[in-house]
Amino acid sequence: MEKDRRAFLKIAGVSLVGAGSTVPLLSALTRARASGDEPAAHPEVRWGMVIDTKKCLRKEGCTACSASCHWAHNVPTMPEPKRHEVKWIWKEQYEHAFTEQHHGFTNEALAGQPVTVLCNHCERPPCVRVCPTQATFKRMSDGIVAMDQHRCIGCRYCMAACPYGARSFNWSDPRPVLEASRSLRDDFPARSKGVVEKCNFCAERLAKGERPLCVEACHANGGRALAFGNLYDESSEMAKLLKRSHTIRRKPSLGTQPHVFYIV
Amino acid sequence: MLEKALKGTPKYWILVGLLLIIIAAGVLTFLRQLQEGLGITGLGRDIPWGFYIAQFTFMVGVAASAVMVVLPYYLHDFKAFGRLVILGEMLAVSAVLVCSLFIFVDMGQPSRVLNVMLYPTLGSPMFWDMMSLMGYAGLNAVIAYVTFGAERAGVAPPKWIKPIIILSIPWAVSIHTVTAFLYAGLEARHFWMTAILAPRFLASAFASGPSLLIILALVLRKFTKFDVGDVAIGKLAQIVTYALAVSIFFFLVELFTGLYSDIPSHTAHFEYLFKGIGEHKALVNWMWTSQILAFGSLGVLLMPSARKKHGLLAVVCGLVIFAIWIEKGLGMIIAAFVPNTFHRVVEYAPTGPELTISLGVYALGALLLTVLYKIAIGVREEVES
Repeated sequence: MEKDRRAFLKIAGVSLVGAGSTVPLLSALTRARASGDEPAAHPEVRWGMVIDTKKCLRKEGCTACSASCHWAHNVPTMPEPKRHEVKWIWKEQYEHAFTEQHHGFTNEALAGQPVTVLCNHCERPPCVRVCPTQATFKRMSDGIVAMDQHRCIGCRYCMAACPYGARSFNWSDPRPVLEASRSLRDDFPARSKGVVEKCNFCAERLAKGERPLCVEACHANGGRALAFGNLYDESSEMAKLLKRSHTIRRKPSLGTQPHVFYIV
Repeated sequence: MLEKALKGTPKYWILVGLLLIIIAAGVLTFLRQLQEGLGITGLGRDIPWGFYIAQFTFMVGVAASAVMVVLPYYLHDFKAFGRLVILGEMLAVSAVLVCSLFIFVDMGQPSRVLNVMLYPTLGSPMFWDMMSLMGYAGLNAVIAYVTFGAERAGVAPPKWIKPIIILSIPWAVSIHTVTAFLYAGLEARHFWMTAILAPRFLASAFASGPSLLIILALVLRKFTKFDVGDVAIGKLAQIVTYALAVSIFFFLVELFTGLYSDIPSHTAHFEYLFKGIGEHKALVNWMWTSQILAFGSLGVLLMPSARKKHGLLAVVCGLVIFAIWIEKGLGMIIAAFVPNTFHRVVEYAPTGPELTISLGVYALGALLLTVLYKIAIGVREEVES
């Protein structure tokens, strides 16, 4: 038996050394970074959005962005209970959207006011990190965090991992709801029950050289609160906005590096 | 060996029949869930994981705790565990079945569950959890089958099984560690983001699992001729005592860091658990019950004389299991989502269908355990006569 214990200790020792050697490996893989850093050697295209909350607030009660998005993408208005809601872009009160920036003296123009929120298409997306099947993934070419609804097993790990509550699960079949409201479109896939979905930054429109529908709708409605473009294209509308204005992101301390910026 | 499970007393068949009825209710409700979707549960966009995942977490602990009999017996040659070790291994196999089923019933698309292996994603703890659980079930099944087969034939177990048994020891630790890593690596959920989560999981597992084993051993002693012996039960009770003490200590350590730092995103979850936020206090009574039971049980278990009274010991072990079940099977998972990422308080309660499916899963595990124990007892009687 003494021998077995020794054998065990040997195995345990070897495993510990093995585990220890992965630490330098890991640190080599993960660049040291401050929460606001962007990659040093940047990619050519990173789609991003700037949301001007002041302009957005001027259009009180406006739902142009979410209505058009949900209509175009077969996002159903699920019946009660509220916990079964599916949404891609919607409004949250300032203190709930910016949980770290809010304080007891936030000015009246912001406190309690609705702020547009959507998937942040993070540079380092936690949802992609945890997904066990790569059903959600970041497109290397342009940074869009996309979904393969046919691969998704519906484990909802991504929903537990997303710090922004941007993901919705289909708690029941959305098709009957869409059909009942006569809004089922056949030019965009509807989802089945049991899969997760979220904003796709209108990848289907970008492929045709068009801007996301929420941005179009906002401009068409005279809001001009949403700007969209390539973060690394100096001539883009939003790159200019970023240079000109002070912008913030949701929960920057988590290091997810959201690609949605806010002017508040 | 299987024929042993097909002959039994009326009591045995009543137990099997009862479990089959519960399983049938669970299966029927699960079919409804397949049809209608997970909307029949109390889960929602704010609390995407609830009762199923919490039961999974609790039962991984029970599975891992088999190591508490395997290690003393095989590494320290603690002979008194000779008759207990097979019970521990069989409990581990049944517990892994329960864990896997709880993951399965929680899936939105259960038919696609093999995607986890078709598209192995090394960066996802869920992939590792699946691997480690399957591996652990396999190891324990092989070990139980080979060692027990040898015992039945009256020969020493083959030499090659020894390294496999030794491998199963760190493997047991790994299943609960990886399960903790499922949660502890999420920057979105500060309640889980604590380095002591895995140690806490292990400590509470080593208190609840052996408690269950004590109860099972006492039940077997009462209703069958299978007796693991007083020494084994006494030692297990000691293990429960140590593990419970460590588990409580780890919890207090967690509480200090979580509360003294006074960061709202950390304190809010403890506040929800033990005080409630506004009118939202669904878990408060549960959590205090859990704490009182844990401390009270430890008080009793610390007295050596109390551990020797098997009636009392069985009750205390039941309370330990209940206390830890509340902590892991209710509080641990749900509280991480309350408040949610928007710092809004949305509460969750499991629905009837959700509980029926869960009962069915537990009954399925209990049925496998009953059949396995029946075989073990039958073979032992055969060998001894």
